[in-house]
Amino acid sequence: MTSILTNLFDGVAYGMLLFVLACGLAVTLGLMNFVNLAHGAFAMAGGYVCAVLVNRIGWPFFAALPMAFVASALIGALLERTLYQHLYARSHLDQVLFSIGLVFMTVASVDYIMGSSRIFIKLPEVLQGQFDIFGVGIGRYRLMIIVICGLLTVGLQLVLSKTRFGSRLRAAVDDPRAASGLGINVPQVFAFTFAFGCGLAGLGGALSAEILGLDPYFPLKFMIYFLIVVTVGGSSSITGPFLASLLLGIGDVAGKYYVPKLGPFVIYTIMIVILIWRPNGLFGRTATR
Amino acid sequence: MTTNAQTEVGFHARQHGRWHWSEFAFWIVVLAVGLAFPSRYLIMTEILRLALFALSLDLILGYAGIVSLGHAAFFGVGAYCAGLLSVHGIINEPVLALIVAGLAATVLGFATSFLVIRGVDLTRLMVTLGIALLMEALAERFSNITGGTDGLQGIDIQPIFGVFAFDMFGKTGFFYSLAVLFVLFLLARVIVHSPFGLSLRAIKNNPLRAAAVGIPVNKRLIAIYTVAAFYAGVAGALFTQTTALASLDVFSFERSADLVLLLVIGGSGYLYGGLIGAAVFRMLQELFQWITPQYWMFWIGLVLVVIVLVGRHRIHAYALWLPNLILRQIAGRKAAVALTDNEAP
Repeated sequence: MTSILTNLFDGVAYGMLLFVLACGLAVTLGLMNFVNLAHGAFAMAGGYVCAVLVNRIGWPFFAALPMAFVASALIGALLERTLYQHLYARSHLDQVLFSIGLVFMTVASVDYIMGSSRIFIKLPEVLQGQFDIFGVGIGRYRLMIIVICGLLTVGLQLVLSKTRFGSRLRAAVDDPRAASGLGINVPQVFAFTFAFGCGLAGLGGALSAEILGLDPYFPLKFMIYFLIVVTVGGSSSITGPFLASLLLGIGDVAGKYYVPKLGPFVIYTIMIVILIWRPNGLFGRTATR
Repeated sequence: MTTNAQTEVGFHARQHGRWHWSEFAFWIVVLAVGLAFPSRYLIMTEILRLALFALSLDLILGYAGIVSLGHAAFFGVGAYCAGLLSVHGIINEPVLALIVAGLAATVLGFATSFLVIRGVDLTRLMVTLGIALLMEALAERFSNITGGTDGLQGIDIQPIFGVFAFDMFGKTGFFYSLAVLFVLFLLARVIVHSPFGLSLRAIKNNPLRAAAVGIPVNKRLIAIYTVAAFYAGVAGALFTQTTALASLDVFSFERSADLVLLLVIGGSGYLYGGLIGAAVFRMLQELFQWITPQYWMFWIGLVLVVIVLVGRHRIHAYALWLPNLILRQIAGRKAAVALTDNEAP
């Protein structure tokens, strides 16, 4: 019983992490309809920035986390302005090729600069170990992830639904032409959203170094997970990808624990079945434009 | 009047389907290169295998417009099938085993085609990718059959037709691969120039319009996807037979991604694209590996990014500029070689 609860807890933490990693992709892929397979590269960038700051320069972990966000967001903004924006109108095949090329380049450069072995980030004492609540083992680090990611999710939902920027973004996505007719600077909104999504991925990358492992092949290894979150979750709201990541996280942890040899098999099968059943995602809008 | 238009269309289609002298030249060059560099059989065999695999993707991507990121699934099934047939001594004759392995992939292709034709580009990408990952997970799960990460042990390929034994220099392997590629190329050529092939192009350009003029879109897509699976399966079987290897990486994502890349380098939508792309890609890879053994991936990625940013059509126009100039000087003809890649944006 307690092992079930511990697994559930780990699964939730894992799912939350996946959500933070992938929700930027939910915007670019789901809303802006850009197939960005290089999303994991931004996450990896954040992870490495955090690792360098903590391990080499000696910053405290909690100070390095925002820097991971800022660094990834800056890289994202730069690439969006210079490269990505030219490809919004291109075919999906072009976008796939471009982003795969970008992934290859990132993998090789990180390998060149940082070496190919797995990187660990030194954690403060507070976050190490676990404690028991009614016999259920709760990892401190995972608890922190749940708290941070939970707050982020609530914040994102509020920004999207309550603020002026949120409504501008939704308008720009629903109908770019009408939105620009109303005086909304659509490219700017997209650029800002893209950069913010990359920043979140960077933060996720920094947080995930402990759980998922951080090495140069990170973008390739976890690409499929990000894509699953977005395609299964749909793109109509932020809740869809959130629920999809929780499902994926819990499913993956449980699968690896109870049926170790069938783990990935179960996930891929579920993904294909869901995509066949509802091509727009489990929580997506039913009408296609 | 209508019969007139029909005969006109048929005439032009047949005209297009006739062998151009440059095609004869292409195959003569391929054979000549094969005879000229006897010490390079291994890499040339690799290129031929890659070319066959690319031909398979070209059939669905270039002619039917299905973007697939999981074509390695069929390659892997073909590879393991050929390996298992040999290890257990079920079919010892390589050519027969090749066909059986191709058919095994065909079955998978037919079964999964129903999943792939549903949905739009993105769903297709995900489903094809998912199928390849699923096959990889399956192969890992049943490692008692597939040998898991160590690969299949004890593959021993018998002589072709009981006469031509595989030698260590790869001479037999090379000519065997060349023969298979050529035969399957001829078949693909017949397919794409047939009314069936023309209807595929119509579907690629505009599925809705194609359906409106009475083309059964889904049936055609299922058919070509299944045929492409056969081609990929044969390519996989060739891989196993010429290298006596079959391990989990036959299903890897990199294999599928590289395939899309090399098809784009060569140009999709005409049969020679995959063949030229395979040669160029393998040479580039070899060059980059020679310059930086560990970081060649960076340069391949850079090539991709540049190709996309400059534009695929423009790159091909540049690449064809010199050959066309020479051809024009010799034959005095306007634009001797041109790509007919009418891709919808």
